[in-house]
Amino acid sequence: MRFLPHTDEDIASMLDLVGLSGLEDLFAMIPEDCRRPSDLSLPQPLTEWELQDLMMESSGLMAVRPEYKVFIGAGSYEHFIPASVTHLAGRSEFVTPYTPYQPEMSQGTLQAIYEYQTLVARLLGLEVANASLYDGASALAEAILMAVRITGRKKVALSSLVHPLYREVVQTYLKPVGHSVLELPYLENGLTDLSKLEGAENLAAVALQSPNFFGCIENLQTAGELAHQGGALFITCFTEPMAYGLLKNPGCQGADIACGEGQSFGIPESYGGPGLGIFTTKMKYVRNMPGRLVGRTSDAEGRQGFVLTLATREQHIRREKATSNICTNSSLCALTAAIYLASAGGAGLRELAELNHDKAEYLKRELKKAGCVISFESPTFNEFVVKYPDNFEAAHDGLLRKKIVPGLSLAPYFPELKGHYLLCVTETKSKTDMDALVGEVAS
Amino acid sequence: MKEIDELDLPDDVRYTEEHEWVRHTGDKVRVGISDYAQDQLGDIVFVELPEVGDTFHQGEEFGTVESTKTVTELYMPLSGEVLAVNSALEDVPENVNEHPYEEGWMIEAAPSEPGEWEYLLTREDYLDILKEME
Repeated sequence: MRFLPHTDEDIASMLDLVGLSGLEDLFAMIPEDCRRPSDLSLPQPLTEWELQDLMMESSGLMAVRPEYKVFIGAGSYEHFIPASVTHLAGRSEFVTPYTPYQPEMSQGTLQAIYEYQTLVARLLGLEVANASLYDGASALAEAILMAVRITGRKKVALSSLVHPLYREVVQTYLKPVGHSVLELPYLENGLTDLSKLEGAENLAAVALQSPNFFGCIENLQTAGELAHQGGALFITCFTEPMAYGLLKNPGCQGADIACGEGQSFGIPESYGGPGLGIFTTKMKYVRNMPGRLVGRTSDAEGRQGFVLTLATREQHIRREKATSNICTNSSLCALTAAIYLASAGGAGLRELAELNHDKAEYLKRELKKAGCVISFESPTFNEFVVKYPDNFEAAHDGLLRKKIVPGLSLAPYFPELKGHYLLCVTETKSKTDMDALVGEVAS
Repeated sequence: MKEIDELDLPDDVRYTEEHEWVRHTGDKVRVGISDYAQDQLGDIVFVELPEVGDTFHQGEEFGTVESTKTVTELYMPLSGEVLAVNSALEDVPENVNEHPYEEGWMIEAAPSEPGEWEYLLTREDYLDILKEME
């Protein structure tokens, strides 16, 4: 397949064939106000060395590790990536293939996706996973659309402690088609207030994130029971799947769909993407699940093989009635996650999750001793919210000078939480790093 | 695929342009898809049916049929309430291919607008439509 644009001659000969005189005629059916009248104002092309200079300059503006110690997670997590993961995922057989439509040519890719599906379904305690979606936010939005399809209802309850950017993506999906969102406020303890769910009968879904945006671990069981009492599907999402190395999985707490971001599993943070949309559900909903699905089967001679399955509900066959209009999956990221999970193993993932939790608890305790207030008392995994002392502004600048980024200010997302910061501690932070942060705050 | 003269088109049922059939027995009707429809779809692997008690208007979608090639909608031939669904199709969807007018039936309904029956196609009307599509 070539990705070169058409030459002027190509375009002229195609226009000639369909009997049009110019490109304007070809696009005449597109309404005037949907067309861009002028060219995009893009900068002139650069040479390779000019481009490299530009990229160096851009990255120089950012606080990039390892130079900086960044105590921010909030949807993108700094985890150690073993060299074996990068090496295996970089093999050319994995990097180059296109969608494995032709199973006899694509057994390796198909088996890798099947293993990815198996691993994430087990991690989250659900029966079936798709081949992955773009990222956590679109996975959540697709989960909500799926619940709307299944229940025939048009209103969903969404926790205000779902990642703010995920909530924006959900609104982008729902608003134009007229579905409405009931926002569930949060309580003083940092958990979602479920009181609006009592007696709610008309909801397609109840969606919570756990650990939530404040890092607190939600009571999924209770939320799930309330959702089911009203006939709604219960959707749980996550930005930090590593938490499920330690926490009770969503499936055993009543989740009908568990979805979220898989970047933590061996995928670098790289300026915010690409991500990995993990999506798992129950077998009884498999025909309403968006995205691609790889199944295991046997060939005419009884040998094990892998194929794309249930493709009849996808957009190339079902058009506007497809379960989703995105069939793209993050295949290489999914493969990376599968290699990462298989490398860590069940026990390894648990140890890693414990390390994240214990280190975060250490920093929480030390900050408390240094006069900070832990904003929410509920148990957390590797993120928590802190209210720094009132004179923190000066300390903040000092920390940045020492190349320590002391968390994400919550004020832009929750104006009532001025002065509160969301901190994240993964296995990559040492005691020295944490003590340095606490030392600056205390001084 | 079958030629038109090979199709099994019984004359004790009425048809729709969307290739459903309806059989009247007492005050109930049974609904399924025609031999032509099952033949066009190929091996049927799943039939998604409504709940008993659901009501539909004539022409509304009441379910889907999934074959190895595609998924297609089922449209209600007559307005009414669903009295029964053929849940045996969950395990043996191939009944729709093998016995479209008997074991392959899909729903049983109580029609609410008796006048609608007159607008359904007889075997001859339906045959004419199939011939035009050739």
